[in-house]
Amino acid sequence: MVNIQNLHKKFGSLQVLNGLNLETPENGIIAVLGPNGSGKTTLIKSILGMVVPQKGEIKINGKKIIKHWDYRKDIDYLPQIANFPGNLSVTELIKMIKDLRCKPARDKELISLFKLEPFLDKKLNNLSGGSKQKVNLVLCFMFNSPLIILDEPTTGLDPVSLIRLRKLIQNEKEKGKTILITSHIMSFVEEISDRIVFLLEGKIYFNGTVAELKKATNQQDFEHAIANILSENHA
Amino acid sequence: MLKILKYSFKDLSRSRWSYVYFFFYLLLGIVLLFLNNDLSNAVITLMNVIIILVPLIGTIFGVMYFYNSREFTELLLAQPVKRSSIFLGQYLGVAISLSASLILGLGIPFVAYGIFQSAAIWDFFSLLVSGGFLTFIFTALAFNIALSQENKIKGFGMAILLWLFLAVIYDGLFLLSLVYFQDYPLDKFSLVASMLNPIDLSRILILLKLDISALLGYTGAVFKDFFGTSLGSITSFGVLILWVIFPVWRIVKLSGKKDF
Repeated sequence: MVNIQNLHKKFGSLQVLNGLNLETPENGIIAVLGPNGSGKTTLIKSILGMVVPQKGEIKINGKKIIKHWDYRKDIDYLPQIANFPGNLSVTELIKMIKDLRCKPARDKELISLFKLEPFLDKKLNNLSGGSKQKVNLVLCFMFNSPLIILDEPTTGLDPVSLIRLRKLIQNEKEKGKTILITSHIMSFVEEISDRIVFLLEGKIYFNGTVAELKKATNQQDFEHAIANILSENHA
Repeated sequence: MLKILKYSFKDLSRSRWSYVYFFFYLLLGIVLLFLNNDLSNAVITLMNVIIILVPLIGTIFGVMYFYNSREFTELLLAQPVKRSSIFLGQYLGVAISLSASLILGLGIPFVAYGIFQSAAIWDFFSLLVSGGFLTFIFTALAFNIALSQENKIKGFGMAILLWLFLAVIYDGLFLLSLVYFQDYPLDKFSLVASMLNPIDLSRILILLKLDISALLGYTGAVFKDFFGTSLGSITSFGVLILWVIFPVWRIVKLSGKKDF
């Protein structure tokens, strides 16, 4: 699905991605993990074309994407920080994105799933962090795209919404989609992901299943396995 | 791009500042016309205001809009929209709404006063055209600054400096060089120098239209000789158009390289 070769990205003197190679399977949930500042968001933003890499190639379904924009109609993206134009209402925002995408959307179903009805006419500035994140989720999941990218989807969600989100992600996976997730909640990652991609210093340090990771690090517990990688590398 | 333009325009039409700008011109037009009762005088006074104020508002508003709509931009960047469309759409949204405030704000009192029956209609028209050009030029320059400067405070500072340079300092330097080199023939130099600054160029175009270039003395005669001819007006409009095209082209260039 996504094929990345020798990706380099520098912000000023800070080398964030340093010759990263990645090939994702056709479908399934792939968790991108790594310490703060390891380049997870930069990687995701490079796939989306929001960050322009200095070197390297990204292909989605065999098509080069750098300097193109068409391919984004097959990607649903959930940004890390839900920053929306503050003077729009929730309904207006959803309408605008639907208008831009020109695709059938299941916004009503998602609005009722996350119980957003009372907030529809409120301005986005006046919403709480959790409600904003729910709007973010609605915008992301309302189109039926084959590739879904979720950057910290759990931020600010209450336990009930978290359960709903988990179920939603599982449903999408069953439709045969590829889902890329970053998260710092290890229990969440362990439960839903099929593969773990661990980033360290701008490269992929580990790429495999949860069981393989536990075996490679000689740890029983997923959280400790991750901590083990980090302490071994003094990160 | 049209969709982005539509949303930017909608967003701006809700902004208080667009209305403040519009009512300012409306009030100015009414006061000048109905208290003064002289169309030509009103046009000259308005010219002096527009030449200074339009570039200032264009730069400040352009920079402000760009920084304030960062969230909107980031949201759009993840959608299947071309990058250049996003920024050109936003630029046109700002420039068109500012020009609309100017044209409507001044147009309403002038039409009410009876500009269509007056001989001054073309003077007024050239005033609005220059104002429109200045809005498009300075908004584009503002977008250039905001795109290349991540730091808001620095961006605002640079925008103000740019305005100050072109509106005030440039004329000072121009004048100084005229005094300093007064022993040499300066016709060509002053023509070129005033062509290079869009504010000076608009001022001259309006003054010549008003037929008061005699007030400018010898320079006025030189200018009238050049700008008064069709070659002169084509060249000066060409330069104004270049002043729009070049910054807009640079917006497209810069936006293609920027990381978000």
